[in-house]
Amino acid sequence: MKKLLLALAATTAVLGFAAGASAADKAKICFVYVGSKTDGGWTQAHDLGRQELEKALSDKIETQFLENVPEGPDAERAIERLARSGCGLIYTTSFGFMDATVKVAAKFPDVKFEHATGYKNAPNVATYNSRFYEGRYIQGVIAAKMSAKGEAGYIASFPIPEVVQGINSFLIGARSINPDFKIKVVWANTWFDPGKEADAAKALIDQGVDILTQHTDTTAPMQVAAERGIKAFGQASDMIAAGPQTQLTAIKDTWGPYYIKRTQLFLDGKWETASSWDGLKDGILQMAPYTNMPDDVKKLAEETEAKIKSGELKPFTGPLKKQDGSEWLKAGESADDGTLLGLNFYVEGVDDKLPQ
Amino acid sequence: MGIFEAILLSVITASTPLVIAACGELIAERSGVLNLGVEGMMVMGAVIAFMATTATGSPYIGVLAGIAGGAVFSLLFGFLTLTLVANQVATGLALTILGIGVSGMLGEAYVGQPGIKLQPIDIPLLADIPVIGPLLFKQDLIFYLSVVLVVGINWFLFRSRAGLKLRAVGDSHSSAHALGVSVIRTRYLAVMFGGACAGLAGAQLSLVYTPQWVENMTAGRGWIALALVVFASWRPWRVVAGGYLFGAVSISQLHAQAFGIGIPSQFLSALPYAATIIVLVLISRNRRTTLINTPASLGKSFVPDR
Repeated sequence: MKKLLLALAATTAVLGFAAGASAADKAKICFVYVGSKTDGGWTQAHDLGRQELEKALSDKIETQFLENVPEGPDAERAIERLARSGCGLIYTTSFGFMDATVKVAAKFPDVKFEHATGYKNAPNVATYNSRFYEGRYIQGVIAAKMSAKGEAGYIASFPIPEVVQGINSFLIGARSINPDFKIKVVWANTWFDPGKEADAAKALIDQGVDILTQHTDTTAPMQVAAERGIKAFGQASDMIAAGPQTQLTAIKDTWGPYYIKRTQLFLDGKWETASSWDGLKDGILQMAPYTNMPDDVKKLAEETEAKIKSGELKPFTGPLKKQDGSEWLKAGESADDGTLLGLNFYVEGVDDKLPQ
Repeated sequence: MGIFEAILLSVITASTPLVIAACGELIAERSGVLNLGVEGMMVMGAVIAFMATTATGSPYIGVLAGIAGGAVFSLLFGFLTLTLVANQVATGLALTILGIGVSGMLGEAYVGQPGIKLQPIDIPLLADIPVIGPLLFKQDLIFYLSVVLVVGINWFLFRSRAGLKLRAVGDSHSSAHALGVSVIRTRYLAVMFGGACAGLAGAQLSLVYTPQWVENMTAGRGWIALALVVFASWRPWRVVAGGYLFGAVSISQLHAQAFGIGIPSQFLSALPYAATIIVLVLISRNRRTTLINTPASLGKSFVPDR
């Protein structure tokens, strides 16, 4: 199906170009999505960013996107078609588009590329990422305050550094309040399967956790938490609609400001390759409203958020031990970005064996 | 409620759509039609059930709409393969692709909307039996339908005249035709029954399992149902055993992870597939009975020679 959609999308892209080129000499800014733009999570957040961008610079640019582009060889074809069709700047919004982006970029030195969450740069390839783990730290703090059992359930997707950062950061945040706080981790081994995510949520709740967080893409876990009357955190997008009495807060990916900033540089001819890894303070990551919690917890969460924004608080700051008890960071020492981007171990206290 | 019952409840919810969709496909395949479009029909059932429920406020109308939606969608497959004699494998794959695409388009406005859950119905007296009551007699309509379905198709296939004809069509369409059985009509009905079941399974997903709509929410369950039919060697009770075994291992592995038993999660995630295949292959290992149960005309097109 994806190939068919892609062919259709590519045809539309070519037709769109033919029509667009004659209409005006607006710069064309293009996006490649791994999922559907209404997935309620990751891709939707990117598409909201695109819409914001289009609104902000509507007199100078037009945007175009390809949805449901599978990672792998098809991605290369899709990106190349966009490059050929006159896109000046192309955002490829999934980790798995990394090699395809770099390959196409080598063939089109005059086109600029921006790849989300990857680590391969070139003179015309920039990378951008978000410090999702900062939001996870705040979630941990809230969880430690809200959980009567002192134990949270964590639905994880795949053991990649981004997810491992989140689990560690959540626990470090929680243990800053309750040093005995525990988390149960369940790996769903999928980003997207509402049924399986719901099953994982049920399993965790049946085993006694009274607070739930997820690093998978649908609102199914939130829905289960609502049904069982426990609290939960949303992921990637504000999931309050799935649990009006359930969601404590959510990590909201907010790509719009970044897209506007970089596209403006491109229009001004000042675009250069860069590796951007921004967080709460830059607004690329936002917290959904703190709801369904007492005022003192809300206040604490807001204070924590403010401290992270000001740089006073860095989640990965020692003293921290690795899961096996060996020392990782000395008191006052903060982890460098290189280590975090390749993070493949748990901190002390995570009750799970990290899949390798 | 103890943890054991909690696990069983989750298992029932996870297994029901597999069993329903597999039962439908079993009937279609017994008539000699291999419909690889289960995933597509299921996802169409899910979106139509959700839309009808949102529009009317009644999940029961949603269930009916899901069944009807799956059946109507399967007619497309029937027309292409039975009337126009297109290749069944290719058409089935296309049906899956089409179903995922069309359902995504139909459902675009419904993504993120809270759904209405199909509520359980307590069966008087039986619901009060300890342990078994809450598990089996405080369920939703679709679970009860799945029980009726399994018992029903078992009776139909092996105890009724119509079932005998259907099996005859699946085993040797030429002979059935020569005996005066309408091969095409039988197959149309079987395909539609398969579509209706897939639609009902889809309705279970969007009304019971996770009462919401997201694109592609079946996430491969149609393919699992298809595999169950083959590995169960076209026997209804084995389909049930396979479906519940798959559900049981899927849920147990999540509990094992939450419990922290320290087995790599990738292995645990693969376990439901491995366990189900091994068990079904073992119980179907008698070559002779497997051959008897395999519809000999499976996947072959029929053109009446006047």
